[in-house]
Amino acid sequence: MKVKARVMEQRKIASTLKRLAMEVIERNRELENVAIVGIRTRGVIIGERILKLIEKLEGAKLDFGILDITLYRDDLSTIGPNPIVKGTEIDFDVTGRDIILVDDVLFSGRTVRAALDSIVDFGRPKTIQLLVLIDRGHRELPIQADYIGKTLPTSKREIVEVRLKEIDGSDEVLIVEEEGF
Amino acid sequence: MNLIIKNGRVIDPSQNLDEELDILIENGKVAKIGKKLNAPDFKEVDAKGLFVFPGFIDMHTHLREPGYEYKEDIKTGTEAAAAGGITSVACMANTNPINDNEGVTSFIIERAKDVAKVNVFPIGAVSKRMQGEELVEMGYIAEAGAVGFSDDGYPVRSSLVLRRALEYQRMIDKIIIEHAEDLELSGDGVANESPLTYKLGLKGIPSASETAIIARDIEILRQVGGRIHFAHLSSKWSVELIENAKINNLNVTAEVTPHHLLLNEQFVETFSPLYKMKPPLRSEEDRVSLVEGLKKGIIDAIATDHAPHTQDEKELEFGFAPFGVIGLETVVGLIFDRLVMSGVISVFRFAELLSKNPAKILGLESKGSLEIGKDGDITIIDPEKKVVIDPDKFKSKAKNSPFIGWEVKGWPVYTIVGGEIVFNGVDN
Amino acid sequence: MFKRKHLLGIEGLTRDEIDHILDTAQSMVEVSKRSVKKVPALRGKTVVNLFFEPSTRTRISFELAAKRLSADLINFSGSSSSLVKGESFRDTVLNLEAMHPDIFVVRHSQAGSAYYLTTFSKSSVVNAGDGAHEHPTQALLDALTIRQHKGELDNLKITIVGDILHSRVARSNIFLLSQYKTKIVLSGPPPLIPPEFSDMGVEIEYDLDKAVEGSDVVMMLRIQRERQTGSYFPSLREYRKFYQLTKKRLARADKDAIVMHPGPINRGIELMKDIADSDKSVILNQVSNGIAVRMAVLYLISGGSHEFNN
Repeated sequence: MKVKARVMEQRKIASTLKRLAMEVIERNRELENVAIVGIRTRGVIIGERILKLIEKLEGAKLDFGILDITLYRDDLSTIGPNPIVKGTEIDFDVTGRDIILVDDVLFSGRTVRAALDSIVDFGRPKTIQLLVLIDRGHRELPIQADYIGKTLPTSKREIVEVRLKEIDGSDEVLIVEEEGF
Repeated sequence: MNLIIKNGRVIDPSQNLDEELDILIENGKVAKIGKKLNAPDFKEVDAKGLFVFPGFIDMHTHLREPGYEYKEDIKTGTEAAAAGGITSVACMANTNPINDNEGVTSFIIERAKDVAKVNVFPIGAVSKRMQGEELVEMGYIAEAGAVGFSDDGYPVRSSLVLRRALEYQRMIDKIIIEHAEDLELSGDGVANESPLTYKLGLKGIPSASETAIIARDIEILRQVGGRIHFAHLSSKWSVELIENAKINNLNVTAEVTPHHLLLNEQFVETFSPLYKMKPPLRSEEDRVSLVEGLKKGIIDAIATDHAPHTQDEKELEFGFAPFGVIGLETVVGLIFDRLVMSGVISVFRFAELLSKNPAKILGLESKGSLEIGKDGDITIIDPEKKVVIDPDKFKSKAKNSPFIGWEVKGWPVYTIVGGEIVFNGVDN
Repeated sequence: MFKRKHLLGIEGLTRDEIDHILDTAQSMVEVSKRSVKKVPALRGKTVVNLFFEPSTRTRISFELAAKRLSADLINFSGSSSSLVKGESFRDTVLNLEAMHPDIFVVRHSQAGSAYYLTTFSKSSVVNAGDGAHEHPTQALLDALTIRQHKGELDNLKITIVGDILHSRVARSNIFLLSQYKTKIVLSGPPPLIPPEFSDMGVEIEYDLDKAVEGSDVVMMLRIQRERQTGSYFPSLREYRKFYQLTKKRLARADKDAIVMHPGPINRGIELMKDIADSDKSVILNQVSNGIAVRMAVLYLISGGSHEFNN
């Protein structure tokens, strides 16, 4: 793997997330009806940060859930022999709520498709809105994000790597390319 | 039938022979044996570089005819024998009807005259319908041609019937062959009783199932005399019992199968019914004791217990499949390669185990030796011939061999019965 | 990582593989607690429950597990005793296989049958109990239950009581628990625990009072009354006297000991009501965990290309 570019660093990520939190507040007048659901693994971290920002900005206590979409993927027979299921934790009723679904990168749209299927198995939300840190294009399904941190034109060969302090030790977004192409 | 076998390495323990010699067979009998023999009109076999043995005798075969011809018959069974270098077979009595009367014995002999490739010697049952209750008419059956008596498949269940049979031997001197198994102790066991089979959850057959009957038989024989041959030994303790009986000058002999010599219970871990037989494959320690028993002369013969079953019958769950494996076509090559060429036993011992001793135990006076005047039954082995055991090439109707895929070096290339070549494997 | 095509037994699995199955199973627990108890993971897969021996609970547990993963499931029951005369096991399986199933879940009276199936079938195979050999999903659900109550599988003393000889549950549990730092003690009538079992790395203690001393887990096995024709012990009365788990005996175990039983319980023989229904009993947790474990197993053996070995 070869790092081609470092497109965001810690301060940029922080300010972007703050902007996204404000957008969520702005678009959801009934803030107490909002619940944030992070998609494993990095969507959970970003979701938690958004949750804290909203709490700080508005003093609101929002419900938070974790979604593991492994069991909803459409590529079980192609992802290789070791699917790892870490489990879903949604301990509130989603029916009638405004759900903010959070992920790090929006790419083909398949993860989001799986997440939508998963959430509706828990109930019937009033709305589901999608928040992503990076939208890198190349959609394979008709899915768009409601809140986008940064739109990043990429080639299909490139990989967008979101690193977060809680998991990776630092906050940054990198574009890397597999060698040998 | 006339035949001359040139320049083979002739092995004959009855004459203490191990030499490059020619053998002349005239009218089916050994006529001359010596160097540079000449017989221009005789058919000639060039045995240069090959081993020439007195014809091998399998004293424990199931030919299945009459009654189970779908498994094997006298024709296919003896074709298999010929292809495996066996010139005589003794066939067990558990046919349908059971060979417990002279009618069945005569049928087998007549049928063999018509279709058999090798000599067939029937074994009669010891008890009527093999029920272990009433002695068969041993005299009639022996006169019809039986060379011994056995309830093989079962032990002689009644101690009293066994006693009577032994007593009767004073009049009809034919061997009693014992399938030593206490049926109650075996129960519905399917494999050796051992730590391995406890782990695999397979029901066990204890060694004591075999030794209990051997011990019983020896004690009865000690009391009343007579002679008993113990079929297919499987356990270490059985070897010890036979050894002790021989030390006490009791007239007992014993045989072992190629599978008990070359395999152990570890093969059962595959759950393949090709490793299911009675007695079961036992531990490595048992196997080693059997080989030792061969070397020390405690065990007298190697016999196949050739037990053909159809593939449909055998392709079942381990617990449901019938007991038994075939052996006629593989015994000679396997033992020659794995025990003789590897130096475990001598070529002399090999000839004793497969020819001289079986002939003696069964009372086949004209067999088991290449002395002048004996039958011209000869097995010739090419020590260089390499074979991969392939069920598709079997002459037997059955394919249930535990040795499929084994690579063997040294294989029978001529089987000669009464001076006639009944199998020629040189060209394939 | 568990990367196998089949689950034929616990023997031969590594600790890492067992942990992976248990971790996955723990994640599956949540699915059964939802209002919509279904995820699409195995949508379009066909699971065949191939039961040649009656077992309502194991069959239902596999059935629910398959359905909660959205697999299609059919039940086939045959009688293993009549197979010798009727259609063979092999023919039965080949017939069903012609309908393109993905997974066979097989229960059979004969040891080795699940393995035997893999020698002629292309489908994945899960052993749901083969004779007295193995019952891997039972051992896994037992392990999951122990882990939930004890936090870990290491540093435990486990006593297994009853008919070890005929028990596939005992064998699979011994294989599994031996992968951890455990002390396993077997107890029961001597004819049902031949000394050869100590070769499997366990202790044998025919005195149940001593066997349960300080145990963290007491696992009771079912006495198969129909199997007691081989005169393994003289009477149920005598069995009860020496091998029933009573409150008094259980008091010798660790104060936080749990009591397990694979079911169905012969009440009044292996256990009395005062234990079966007490807070020490985790028997019903075992049943719930059975579904989670079977979901995990079906899911994991479906994952990937199946080019990996079995």
